[in-house]
Amino acid sequence: MNDTTSEVAEFADTDMQKSDTRGRVAQGVLFVILTAAVLVAPFFLYPVFVMQLLCFALFALAFNLLIGFTGLLSFGHAAFFGGAAYFAGHMIKVWGFPPLLGILLAAMAAGVLGLVIGSLAIRRQGIYFAMITLALAQIVYFFALQLPFTGGENGLQGIPRGRLLGVIDLNDPLAMYYFVAAIFMAGFLIIYRIIHSPFGQVLQAVRENEPRALSLGYNVDRFKLIAFVMSATLAGLAGATKALVFQFASLTDAHWQMSGEVILMTLLGGMGTIFGPIVGAVTIVTLQHELSSIGSWVQVVIGAIFVVAVLLFRRGIIGELARVLRLPSL
Amino acid sequence: MLKLILAQAMLGLNNGVFYAMLSLGLAVIFGLLNVVNFAHGALYMTGAFLALILYSYLGVWIGIEDLHINFWAALIIVPILIGALGILIERTMLRWLYRFDPIYSLLLTFGITLVLQGLFVNFFSASGTPYPGQPESLRGVVDLGFMIFPKYRLFAIGFSIVICLAVWFIIERTRIGAMLRAGTENPDLVKAFGINVPLMVTLTFGFGTGLAGLAGVLAAPIYSVGPLMGADLIIIIFAVVVIGGMGSIMGAVVSGFALGLVEGITKVFYAPAANTVIFFLMVVVLLVRPAGLFGRQS
Repeated sequence: MNDTTSEVAEFADTDMQKSDTRGRVAQGVLFVILTAAVLVAPFFLYPVFVMQLLCFALFALAFNLLIGFTGLLSFGHAAFFGGAAYFAGHMIKVWGFPPLLGILLAAMAAGVLGLVIGSLAIRRQGIYFAMITLALAQIVYFFALQLPFTGGENGLQGIPRGRLLGVIDLNDPLAMYYFVAAIFMAGFLIIYRIIHSPFGQVLQAVRENEPRALSLGYNVDRFKLIAFVMSATLAGLAGATKALVFQFASLTDAHWQMSGEVILMTLLGGMGTIFGPIVGAVTIVTLQHELSSIGSWVQVVIGAIFVVAVLLFRRGIIGELARVLRLPSL
Repeated sequence: MLKLILAQAMLGLNNGVFYAMLSLGLAVIFGLLNVVNFAHGALYMTGAFLALILYSYLGVWIGIEDLHINFWAALIIVPILIGALGILIERTMLRWLYRFDPIYSLLLTFGITLVLQGLFVNFFSASGTPYPGQPESLRGVVDLGFMIFPKYRLFAIGFSIVICLAVWFIIERTRIGAMLRAGTENPDLVKAFGINVPLMVTLTFGFGTGLAGLAGVLAAPIYSVGPLMGADLIIIIFAVVVIGGMGSIMGAVVSGFALGLVEGITKVFYAPAANTVIFFLMVVVLLVRPAGLFGRQS
């Protein structure tokens, strides 16, 4: 795998290196802005709202690992997000697990679910992959609706936040906020690391040209499956955290519309960019929040944004920004 | 027990009508355009609403209280309107996405689905409105020996079989169908023969969506007409086409009816599994024959 990176380096001419350095500087600047924003946000905005933003941003980042860096469109990511919310809720509420353990185990459970769904879905390619993930996620949705412990239409309510590591009381809004912020930043850094690892380079090779990656001797299906499991696990991390924030796991989290929303967040922010999914998630969640007074017109607005984004704006906000600034990736 | 199975099989076949008609339209569109039309379910729902509007609301809106455009007229008008809507979507939006990855057209039609659904949720009850315009001649029931079956549902089954066979005949046995199939195989060559392929693409999309509209009218008297009636259906339809393979028209139709039957019979043995049995069958098919039952192995 190291061969690929050195080959890429050899091919890079000075021009590319120059824009590469500029890109890295720009990424650094954005990272500093992001960290600062995450740290000070609860003093300017309602902490629960910011925590919601962070959960959805992490969800979109996890989804982007798959669509943006592996080229796989999953239409079933709500199964991992919502599924993990139920897992975490059940473990923390009924089994009395501590919050951090519950969240981590729920993320791993989502990863296992991802292994099952992913290994089935990668048997077909392209558009079929999307349709299969959608149909398989629907099974998870019906389980969430019908299984005895999920609370059916009411969802799983009253999940206690508990104490972090037995010491810090998470019912304190600021403590909870920084706990969620830490999870978000950890998720972001893990994804950044994956993308920039030799493994991530292979994923991008698969995205760019699957037959060529195959002919270079890479076991493409295995790379796709590993990427799928990673994405599912991180989506689960986001969903489990959200369940703890709202103390509630609901059917909405597992519904196919949620799978659609995370696609929109990623598309709007910029597929295959590093910061795009965060921008997309913040835009969509804020929009939903601001427009909640117009009731179901929100859905019309979201749909219309989808249409416009697909037709005119396929690079997304960050993708367009990178193009205007002539930067390789942001 | 046998009676119970037969009864549920009939009801299952009744759902199969819609699985077959919708996956047929989806397959026709996919065959030529390589587009998976997510909006197919929403257009089906819009078709049902148009039938309802023509019967119950239009008269009130334009001030002629007694105007009720009946079921038979709707069966002709609505598919034309939905087909026209499809043509509008193809000409103004979908057309620009053919050069890109097909996932973009899936996403576009997903957005259109949200818009249509959102619009109808705003104006009509989310839980559904019954369609009162069921024709007099199809009211009442027939005794099938093993169960009493509504006349209208029997009509729906027969009617849809006729439609499916007709579409199969047009595509597999006529000159227009031959052009269509040729366009699927090699659009550039067909263009070179002087056939207007972009026009053919537009009309095919219109035809496929028109079929969804027709299915919507047919569904209106059976299910209550609600904004979400197409939403969960489209996911089942996706599973149906994964099982059947999108390559073949007959495959789509046969798997549609067959899966309706399976779903109905599942209700007899273990009702809670009826929602998911089709998805589990899809899993089995993916494990055993990934290209689908009627699909060509790539």
